[in-house]
Amino acid sequence: MADAERTTGTPKPIGFTQTPLGRVGTGLRWIALFVAVVLFLLPFYLILRNALSTESDITAPTWTLFPSHLQWGNIKELFADTQVPMARALYNSAVVGILGTAGQLLLASMAGYGLARIPYRHADKIFYAIVATLMIPGAVTFIPSFIVVSSLGWVSSLRGLIIPTLFSGFAAFLFRQYFLGFPKELEEAARVDGAGYFGVFWRIVVPNSLPFFAALAAITFIGNWNSFLWPLVIGQDSSSWTIQVAMSTFITAQTINIHELFMAVAVSILPLVLIFAFLQRYLIQGVTQSGIKD
Amino acid sequence: MSSTVKTRTDPASSGERRGGRRQKGIKGNALWFWVFVGPFVIGLLVFSYLPIIWSLVLSFFEAYNTATPSKFVGLQNYVDMLTDQNFLSSLGTFTIFAVFIVPLTFVLSLALALLVNQVKIARAFFRSVFFLPTACSYVVASLIWKLSIFNGVRFGLANTILGWFGIDNIAWLSTVSPPWYWLPLVTVRLWLQLGFYMILFIAGLQRISPTLYEAAYVDGAKPGWQVFRYITLPQLRATSVAVLILNLIAAYQAFDEFYNLIGNVNYARPPLVYLYGISLGSIQDLGHGSAGALILAVIIMLVTLLQSRIFGFGKAGD
Repeated sequence: MADAERTTGTPKPIGFTQTPLGRVGTGLRWIALFVAVVLFLLPFYLILRNALSTESDITAPTWTLFPSHLQWGNIKELFADTQVPMARALYNSAVVGILGTAGQLLLASMAGYGLARIPYRHADKIFYAIVATLMIPGAVTFIPSFIVVSSLGWVSSLRGLIIPTLFSGFAAFLFRQYFLGFPKELEEAARVDGAGYFGVFWRIVVPNSLPFFAALAAITFIGNWNSFLWPLVIGQDSSSWTIQVAMSTFITAQTINIHELFMAVAVSILPLVLIFAFLQRYLIQGVTQSGIKD
Repeated sequence: MSSTVKTRTDPASSGERRGGRRQKGIKGNALWFWVFVGPFVIGLLVFSYLPIIWSLVLSFFEAYNTATPSKFVGLQNYVDMLTDQNFLSSLGTFTIFAVFIVPLTFVLSLALALLVNQVKIARAFFRSVFFLPTACSYVVASLIWKLSIFNGVRFGLANTILGWFGIDNIAWLSTVSPPWYWLPLVTVRLWLQLGFYMILFIAGLQRISPTLYEAAYVDGAKPGWQVFRYITLPQLRATSVAVLILNLIAAYQAFDEFYNLIGNVNYARPPLVYLYGISLGSIQDLGHGSAGALILAVIIMLVTLLQSRIFGFGKAGD
């Protein structure tokens, strides 16, 4: 994707542009870009500023661009605060993020491969049954899903947070489409050597599809880490709160100091910033492939 | 299932010319199919189909504090919900929200895509800056908006800036007339999602063949608005449809920022926040909650279908 971008640049005639502003607007375009960059980065700056401020710096009657001094001790204070199960919430989020992503990719890739490659009489019907679930808007199913999970006794447990989210019809659909386009020649070579479906899938198909897996993994992990409604519904006990639920709860309960809360925010976006730094290409690829963030 | 297809796709059936083996080959495929697809399908049945059926059943019953239907009430839950002022006003809240957010997102994300696509230096930098908020959660963004920017007191950034012009503090999130709360609600979502739709538009722009622009140049089209109007915009049709539909569905499912910025109050409560309140609040009214969720699901599906009819869904795929 990044390479395609480089080769198909702007058309030859200089100033013959796609934008309504055309040539006259060059200066305007740079001003607009600059303003947009400042507005988009401002919230990140506010997180950093407040995370490294004292409480009185944040709530001072006159707002200042910089805090009076950098308060690195906030991070120690955050984890030492016994009212706030922040370490526990981070652990829960990490488990949900990692296991949820691994499980979803494993299940969806296997289902997608089966649908794309294993001849079976009812494969079409199964495929339509999977696609049909895409019609149901995700967020309105939280009540029925809660009913099922609570009947299983999984409320306030990591099982309840993770397992119901593993079966993404959309991911299975994407994998099927991807595997339909996977070069058959690669698989045939392994088949001639006597490998079965399982061997071909694990030794040939998966290793040769790592960029696709990386793209979906980046998106799925971010989605899991940021998920709020489902963890809020399931996390009825503070031991099962994810970082998002913990932050949300403490803002309304007022039992946390504002500088600690902003330090929590800074800590919570750290994994995402890392993913962004190292996997940005895959992330963008995944977004354009799926067109859906959740 | 012709034998040519079989030999091409299934190495295990090399001996299929003998009748008995052929049967076994197909059975072997069926077995492997279920090994691969089975776990996923079972999960889908338990966590997707079962909940929806259960919810449909519950919506015809009275069910307080219980997931087991207790008393059959027919369509009463649906009637109650459709005449419930709070539910109707939550649909109204959504409508206002969509009227703000859908056109704004469309225009601004397209503008960002055009801006970034035109830049010749540091394009990756600009793209990253606008895409970065996409990785943040609604909870995080709501905290910044509520505690740092649109705090109703002087140390909130918005009020600080107003103060430079001698304007009094505004309680952004609780002022109902004028409805100032829309400003934080709309801007927080714009910040979070513009980069995502910008990426979709950039991908669309890059699929437009440069020869089209050259042809327009040769034909004497004026650079700027004319080219945008007659080449760029029509070529982005498929992407535009996708952006509008995804955006509208996402707006319907708004929960996180309303819950965290405003909470469960009746002046700005989208359907999901209301349904969350009645079905998981103190009374746990799962019957009415299920009926409301199904009504909402039907509305979303109808609007999506209608929208795709109008814009032509066939082209939205790529």
